[in-house]
Amino acid sequence: MRTDTLIAVLAVDARPVNPRSFERRLACALGAALGGALVLLLFGYGVRADLLQLAATPIFWAKLALPLTLACAALLATARLARPGVTVGRAWTGLAIPAVLVWIAALVMLWLAPGDARVALVLGRTWRTCSLNIALLSLPGLIAILVALRSLAPTRLPLTGAMAGLLAGAIGALAYCLRCQEPAVPFWATWYLLGMAIPTAVGALLGRRVLHW
Amino acid sequence: MTGDPQTAYVHPVEERLRMQFVRSLDGDGAAYNVFLRDLATHLRGYLRRRLPNLHDDVEDVLQEVLLAIHRSRHTYRRDEPLTAWVHAIVRYKMVDFLRAHARHEALHDPLDDAPDLFAQASIEPAEARRDLGKLLDELPERQKLPILHVKIEGRSIAEVAQLTGLSEPAVKIGVHRGLKALALKIRGERS
Repeated sequence: MRTDTLIAVLAVDARPVNPRSFERRLACALGAALGGALVLLLFGYGVRADLLQLAATPIFWAKLALPLTLACAALLATARLARPGVTVGRAWTGLAIPAVLVWIAALVMLWLAPGDARVALVLGRTWRTCSLNIALLSLPGLIAILVALRSLAPTRLPLTGAMAGLLAGAIGALAYCLRCQEPAVPFWATWYLLGMAIPTAVGALLGRRVLHW
Repeated sequence: MTGDPQTAYVHPVEERLRMQFVRSLDGDGAAYNVFLRDLATHLRGYLRRRLPNLHDDVEDVLQEVLLAIHRSRHTYRRDEPLTAWVHAIVRYKMVDFLRAHARHEALHDPLDDAPDLFAQASIEPAEARRDLGKLLDELPERQKLPILHVKIEGRSIAEVAQLTGLSEPAVKIGVHRGLKALALKIRGERS
């Protein structure tokens, strides 16, 4: 087929494009990610019985703020990576700041704690399962976000996959906050970030294959 | 020139292409046709410069880029420069092509190339090496027919609808699905 003919055929297919179609696809994926993580949490793990009392403590909201800010920054980065010719720019800073702040807080707390309490602050009671649970809760989101990205046009595939994974991981961690009983900052500075890093790595590895268009 | 150096200079081609493209995003097929023709001329020159040893493949890559632009229309934001958007798509498809080409070359004995030595034709615009028509033949009837009617006979949607007894939206959907299937076939060829 000659290029002219291809063009004629393409021109016939010039449907009006909804200017919000891009945002709508990402919003659907986001909804599926949140819904999936919450459903998994409710039926797989259950919510803490003392959630309401816990919600009155500032540390609960501080813990929630970590995945929430990371999710916002990862969403911004993903949305920019999904469009050709758009640079990520300042969204990178948005990703670094929450992680760095939490790490500074964790180090200060470890510094102030008596020597024999430090290990307990990092390991808590659930260090064996925390990261894996977060990774598991992020699974529906990872699938939904990758599916949405396939209908968009990312050109840096492993990086886009990684950001999709981080977004899913942050949403998984957000849901896990409703279950988690660990109040110590050094604990979640370690295991929450590790839990979010797992889907990030998975997304980066899958990116080239899954997002190719 | 008395222009303020702070105002970004907009290339006249960018300005013209962008206006046509934005109109096509509102469903204006005629503007889209003009846009694609205009763009294809520029891209052909660009690709020839970028793939100096692969002139035979330029038309293939060009067709792939046009299909890629078509499928990605909803990722363009109307207030952004069109050049950056198109360029990123072209680069993506070119890297994709070069990667597949390198893999393909590595699989072949270089001696195999000898009979092709004088086979290189350069009539402008070059014939595409990959025949999209053949790929089209592999599609099921309902995806293939609307494209064939528009393609071979240059009929309008209304005429094709009358001819096939389908409704106009059905013909449009047929073309839409056919193009999608065609793009998938090309990608399948590559991997």
